[in-house]
Amino acid sequence: MDLTYLVLFILCMASATFLTRALPFWLLKDHQHPLILFLGRNLPPAVMTLLVLYSLKHVTWISGSYGLPEVSSLLLVTVIHLCLKNALLSIASGTILYMLWVQGLLFG
Amino acid sequence: MNTEVIKLTLPVMCGYVPLGIAFGILFVELGYPWYFSSLMGIIIFAGAAQFMAIGLLAAGAGLFEVFISTLLLNARHVFYGLSLIKDFDVTGWRKWYLIFGLTDETYSLLTSLPRSMTNSGVMKLQITGYNQGYWIIGCTLGALFGKEIDINTQGLDFTLSALFMVLTIEQFKASQKLAPFIIAFVVGLAALILISASNMLLFSLVMVLCLLLGQYRLQTRILKAK
Repeated sequence: MDLTYLVLFILCMASATFLTRALPFWLLKDHQHPLILFLGRNLPPAVMTLLVLYSLKHVTWISGSYGLPEVSSLLLVTVIHLCLKNALLSIASGTILYMLWVQGLLFG
Repeated sequence: MNTEVIKLTLPVMCGYVPLGIAFGILFVELGYPWYFSSLMGIIIFAGAAQFMAIGLLAAGAGLFEVFISTLLLNARHVFYGLSLIKDFDVTGWRKWYLIFGLTDETYSLLTSLPRSMTNSGVMKLQITGYNQGYWIIGCTLGALFGKEIDINTQGLDFTLSALFMVLTIEQFKASQKLAPFIIAFVVGLAALILISASNMLLFSLVMVLCLLLGQYRLQTRILKAK
């Protein structure tokens, strides 16, 4: 077991990760530029939408459960959040539905 | 203990702890001591990259290869910084810690909070710190007791999908502009179908950024014409 290799490995991965996170802060200095303000307003909604879709990347749509547990649970989250406006409650109910479903406890 | 921050980060905890445990279990199976799992949570703090590390370590990958694959895998984070430049207005180590801790989930929480809550900077630091705390706890527990943990948590990490869903709704309520959501949804859906899972997010982000830049140019041109 080569611990030197592991330590160097960890340092490489840590510095590459930090680089991706820090790059924009190094390169862009003009914080009030209209384009920066525009991206600050418009990127987060777009990224959030993409992260929802990205979290479904391993779903098999044409076989298995056809993505039904994922889509139904996300719908439940949406409905409860719109009706009751309680983030934790909507996340918890969607997750419980999903867990019961994928563990086979719902449609045993 | 700050109940406000715990409440905000609870969904992240439900996602990070089991994922961290899963990582820890896989990591010690490589034969390394448990505390290196914690160390990775402390100085890397990137879920996808750490899972990729398992494969790379097992293969004994070269360090240059490790560096480049991590850059590519985490390239999406560049986009997060782009939209936070004016928001990370704290100074010194605090700013660098916020940048260091910019995971998908931390970014989502930070950009969805009402202005009044994040103005202080302390709140942003606490959210980032708590999230990393959950991740380190997960990595450590998994590496130490992985084999003895026998609870069926299958599906628990759905909290992260649900969290993203809730935050998308909150972002819509705050911005009231449909364009970024529609652009992202169409691009993301197409990418989900056409592109492999590992490249889907980066590809979509580049596409969305191009479309947003186009929209920006169009807007400024119209403003100038007026």
